[in-house]
Amino acid sequence: MRFLFKTHYNQDIDHLKHGGDRFWYGLLLVLAAAAPAALGTFYLGELNLVMIYAIAGVGLMLLVGYTGQVSLGHAAFLAIGAYTHSLLLGAGLPFLLSIVAAVLVSALVGAGVGWIALRMTGIYLAIATLAFAMLTEQTISRAEWLTGGFRGLAVPQASLFGMPLTQGWQHYYVTLTLLVVTLLAALNILRSSTGRAMVAIRDSEISAESVGINLAVYKTLAFALSAGITGLAGALFAHRLGYLSPDAFTFLISLQLLLMVVVGGVGSMRGVIYGALFIGFLPQLLAIARDTLPPQIAQAPGLEPGIFGLILVLVILFEPQGIFGRWLKIKSYFQLFPLYRRATHRRQKTYLRTERLR
Amino acid sequence: MVNFAQGDLMMLGAFVAVTLIGDFGLPWVLGLLLSVLALAVFGYLLDAFVLRRVLGEPQFAIVMLTIGLGFIFRAVAGLVWGYDPQSFPTPYTGKSLRVGEVVVSYENFAILLGTLILCVVLFLFFRRTRLGIAMQATSQNQLAAYYVGIPVKRVFSLVWAISAGVAAVAGILLAPVSLVQPGMGFIGIKAFAAAVIGGFGSIPGALLGGWIIGIAEQFAGVYLPAGFQEMSAYGILILALILRPQGLFAQIQRKKV
Amino acid sequence: MSYLAVEDLSISFGGIRAVDHVSFDVEEGEVFAIIGPNGAGKTTLFNLVSGIYFPDGGSVRFAGRDITSLPAHRIAPLGLARTFQNIELFEHATVLQNLLIGRHVHRRSSALSHLLFLPAVRREELEHRRRVEDVIDLLELAHYREQRIANLPYGVRKVVEVGRALCLEPKLLLLDEPTSGLNPEESEDMGFWIEDINRDLGVTVVMVAHDMGLVSRVAGRVLALNEGRVIAEGSPAEVQKNPAVVDAYLGAD
Repeated sequence: MRFLFKTHYNQDIDHLKHGGDRFWYGLLLVLAAAAPAALGTFYLGELNLVMIYAIAGVGLMLLVGYTGQVSLGHAAFLAIGAYTHSLLLGAGLPFLLSIVAAVLVSALVGAGVGWIALRMTGIYLAIATLAFAMLTEQTISRAEWLTGGFRGLAVPQASLFGMPLTQGWQHYYVTLTLLVVTLLAALNILRSSTGRAMVAIRDSEISAESVGINLAVYKTLAFALSAGITGLAGALFAHRLGYLSPDAFTFLISLQLLLMVVVGGVGSMRGVIYGALFIGFLPQLLAIARDTLPPQIAQAPGLEPGIFGLILVLVILFEPQGIFGRWLKIKSYFQLFPLYRRATHRRQKTYLRTERLR
Repeated sequence: MVNFAQGDLMMLGAFVAVTLIGDFGLPWVLGLLLSVLALAVFGYLLDAFVLRRVLGEPQFAIVMLTIGLGFIFRAVAGLVWGYDPQSFPTPYTGKSLRVGEVVVSYENFAILLGTLILCVVLFLFFRRTRLGIAMQATSQNQLAAYYVGIPVKRVFSLVWAISAGVAAVAGILLAPVSLVQPGMGFIGIKAFAAAVIGGFGSIPGALLGGWIIGIAEQFAGVYLPAGFQEMSAYGILILALILRPQGLFAQIQRKKV
Repeated sequence: MSYLAVEDLSISFGGIRAVDHVSFDVEEGEVFAIIGPNGAGKTTLFNLVSGIYFPDGGSVRFAGRDITSLPAHRIAPLGLARTFQNIELFEHATVLQNLLIGRHVHRRSSALSHLLFLPAVRREELEHRRRVEDVIDLLELAHYREQRIANLPYGVRKVVEVGRALCLEPKLLLLDEPTSGLNPEESEDMGFWIEDINRDLGVTVVMVAHDMGLVSRVAGRVLALNEGRVIAEGSPAEVQKNPAVVDAYLGAD
């Protein structure tokens, strides 16, 4: 077990707490940067998708894992980001400006949703966000003059610093850079008073208020941040899709995003990355599994959502802290060996109580 | 306890009924009763083996769990019964009822009558029987209910049994007008809207919520451009939540400190 | 004009007058206790003063300012902090984070600068941490600094909650049952801390208490409530002897 002897408050504030951290994250970054040289086009594309998921996951995690507001409608922000980016790119805006605009538009819509949802909590909020996503989907499919409806919208080719983005590796580096920037920004928020205010709202609204946290401001802010980041992922996702249509942003996508957050581990940014890897490579695993299954089952069209549902159920039943939580348990098992007890990580149960008028 | 899989339970109920009546050729009433019973048993077992484990976990876990279950049900139904819509034969298919100037098809009349009977039965059950009152107590305060001797776990399983059985009735009533297929459970989201507008925990409220949504959809279909019909239910849902964040007949108050 | 002036405050819930025309004044620098049997309206009174409920009638003035209709998050920055009877901490955060959240009203940087974590933000963070360490030292919480609230025993949580309130650097501290559920030693410590907070930090303290021993030791003046109404006011000894108070606690025949 490692004990840190802290000599300065900066050690608490810094992202990388000690030399080991610096080494491993540095190595990870080098590996990620070297990946295009080692991987074929297909796996590079998949890795690119994983990183896009991870960006969206960071956005959703800020809202669900740190502010405690459940959203079943994040596919809508993904769609808003994707469509805004494609339309502005089509109108001749440069790539970077168009991305920034997509983030801002998504954040603005997110702030609107957050503001509307201020007085709602728990399941009511979840249902409202679900309804919002359904409305967005319908709007996109009906506003044919703008989005092309179900006929679709071709995503124009982008160019960065005068260089057209045509190759997979170019998109990969763009996504990698933006993922690192997003992660740093999110972690910065979390180590400042804004992030602490979000955590405060998650754990107890009433005492958050009484230490001077304006619930309305911070909930709206959390929604805006989350939506903006998800919108960024949407803009990148547009290039991946190449062709936008409303059925690319259904409830299943919202669910996938949530699944990523839950599978990875609610309340940790590392969990987002684990979750994104999991969601990103699951279709590959399924494709491999299909070859071994009898064809009647393997060819069934609804199999993938079913598997998603099954994994969701299993994770919630057996490891609610997700992959990250399991990792912590394994780590402490070895650190405390042979003293580890299952009760070390026992969860506290909270029993539902509703205050009723009658 | 919130169930996002309710619509899918309804779909399962309809499929079971189609199988029993259409494929096995059971008499209509017997098939109906059997499928309701089957779903009730299914609901009971579902709680006993799956949902009971998350008792005492945050609500978020339950929401996610039931969403996951819904997806599983849909996939399983797709595997077993396929994705082609099936029609559902009833003794009253194609006939219609005349009341003066108004002509109502028996299918729609059955929905109306069935809903009314169901509501009255449920209302009386929750108001008059010991079990119904125990269920209400449990939904308000699990710990306190346990302390006064209510077998909370069994009550939960029974709640799930009843709720699955009711879903089956809904599925069977709906089946003749909208064909039976794995995706038919999506109407469950609208049922949710009805429950939210009415405020959870209030049966008359849910009924009123359902009416509001149904009527609004019809009006939107007639007076507004295409597309607004599908959107109206969600629009009303959001509107209702903005105006009354806890439902029209809210029972849940701000947390006490 | 007194420091905290509560005048004619009333609120009812569904026909029950929880607080019924209550008036009292707290002077700067004193320790003021509110006692009364269960359901007397003590906590409701706190909720009214700290902006969690809004009264049906009457007014609350703090440091010369009318705060009757201000929401809680606008009262806190004026220098009024509170604790809760049933402990409302941020369960899944560490003690340190809880205390840092307590310094929310002292933030100076914007959310945008947090996104970039500009050098000014780091300087501000260091300043917050220095102030938080002072509170940790005062309340002897160093041992628990990095632990999550969910893993802490009840007695420590109670102290952390007082610590969080102190991190606001309040001028007036409302303590709702600071010793309920504590064992005798912990209660003793809490009593000393309340005295320290009052004497050394110069914080005016208003506390709801059941423990008459604590009240007579630390409080200068006492207000007794029953069924939402004031039944006595004065020094601890006076109030304890007041027949109305004795009746309220033991039941009048």
